[in-house]
Amino acid sequence: MQTNNTPLKAEARGLDFYYNGGHKALKGINLPIYEKKITALIGPSGCGKSTFLRCFNRMHDLYPGNVYDGAIVMHPDNTNILAKGVDPIEVRMRISMVFQKPNPFPKSIYENVAYGLRVRGETNKREMDDKVEEALRGAAIWGEVKDRLNEVAFNLSGGQQQRLCIARALATDPEIMLFDEPTSALDPIATASIEELMSELKEKVTILVVTHNMQQAARISDYTAYMYLGELIEFDDTDLMFTKPSRKETEDYITGKFG
Amino acid sequence: MSGQQASTLKDLDAVRAMIRHHKLNDTIFALIGLLALMVGLLTLLTLFIDLLMDGYTRFNAGLFTEFPSRHAAKAGLLSAWVGSLLVMSVTLVTAVPLGVAAGVYLEEYAPKNWFSDVIEINVTNLAGVPSIIYGLLALGLFVYDLGLGQSIQTAGLTLALLILPVVIVNTRESIRAIPVHIREAAYAVGATKWQMVSDHILHYSFGGILTGIIIGMARALGETAPVITIGALTYIAFLPPSPIQPAPPYLNFEWLSSGFTVLPIQMFNWLSRPDHAFHVNAAATGVVIIVVTLLMNGTAIWLRYRIRKNIKW
Repeated sequence: MQTNNTPLKAEARGLDFYYNGGHKALKGINLPIYEKKITALIGPSGCGKSTFLRCFNRMHDLYPGNVYDGAIVMHPDNTNILAKGVDPIEVRMRISMVFQKPNPFPKSIYENVAYGLRVRGETNKREMDDKVEEALRGAAIWGEVKDRLNEVAFNLSGGQQQRLCIARALATDPEIMLFDEPTSALDPIATASIEELMSELKEKVTILVVTHNMQQAARISDYTAYMYLGELIEFDDTDLMFTKPSRKETEDYITGKFG
Repeated sequence: MSGQQASTLKDLDAVRAMIRHHKLNDTIFALIGLLALMVGLLTLLTLFIDLLMDGYTRFNAGLFTEFPSRHAAKAGLLSAWVGSLLVMSVTLVTAVPLGVAAGVYLEEYAPKNWFSDVIEINVTNLAGVPSIIYGLLALGLFVYDLGLGQSIQTAGLTLALLILPVVIVNTRESIRAIPVHIREAAYAVGATKWQMVSDHILHYSFGGILTGIIIGMARALGETAPVITIGALTYIAFLPPSPIQPAPPYLNFEWLSSGFTVLPIQMFNWLSRPDHAFHVNAAATGVVIIVVTLLMNGTAIWLRYRIRKNIKW
């Protein structure tokens, strides 16, 4: 792997994960997440990439019987966000998430973005307005919605809904944003706009994205991790990974011989 | 080439025949369904028209402003509808918070294990317990043990117990209809469970919860057996003390301990008299109960439609 001076934002250390019932979905994952870079997780479906992503905001805690083992350490504070004493809600305040299918609340556009702020106890109307606008601008959707902030979010197109969800995830100033196949429910034009947006977002925030689209990973990410059957097979600089993968399995997957 | 065309045409014919066949089944089922609907609807309609024909001579203001009387033509429903109204208000303020809170707890908070399964089965079964059993329970518990008397409060609490399972089950079902991704969206921005429930779950399930409440209340309105069991009066020519008074503290709760009657009991009372003139009154009362019940259920359906219209997943 290339040596570099980019600071670490987070790091998975020996992470195992067991679903309710004992199925071991992640096996000893070690992965660095570099600050203000996009790290893509690729691999065939069922390889554990979404499971891994959802460890970062403790989504697995919502369903009983799931067990983490190992650590995900945040930098610079060295907090293991999987530790028993760390509240998953605190983790979610720091690490936000954009889902596969756009999932806006059945509320107005404004309220969708404002919700994360309300959860954090923001009551100042001016402050809220400013932050909502900033998030909507950041998600490149302000121009399309600024005149209809009070309309129900479902009137937006799929791509717009997804950008609204990105604005919602962005409004709270997260340290890391998780994207779980954010464009798989969208058409190519909406996909291109989301990809462009993600490339802009990394100026401000660290991004971890699951994608089943290798071209997408190659286009947008700085680093790529290839997973297979719950294990991390290879992690490298995206350019290197797609030109000179060091492992045979990775090469087979990337060149389409497998997967 | 021409042979191929012919075979395609033949295939197309076969496909069309199949579609016609399927559509025939479609029509047959639609007719059966309509028939099934009509059996229920026409029976109810016949019953309603029959009551209306029997009781229409008594439909005037007096029916609602007069106390019951020995003279059938002068007798009215005043004490009965006021009694029903007061009993229902006690039922409402008891059953709604208990039922909704229990439903939310069971669905969102309770750990899923054998214990919650047992509770779930029991709650569902309670909805099927004959109402007179609730009457007996209330007679022992509220009237004798707690000393609440044969009063409006006892009746209201009894009916609240009776409709509690309906409210709980409806609350749970409308909460369960909210997709997981909405919950995850709320959690993912850092909401606590209570923030998620109060900001989202309760809002989006409001229509369904309200429907459960109204349907439960409509059932309580028509219940006779438990109210008789706890000792409602059958002939009553006074009104309970007014809940509002001109002097501070303006609210008066003496009415809670007052004796009472309700609409179905008044109907039962009139029906049990030998004099046919009273049967006319009973029919008129029946019409009143049916109309109020239908209005309540209609409101429930309308509200559900209005609220759901604005919510899509």
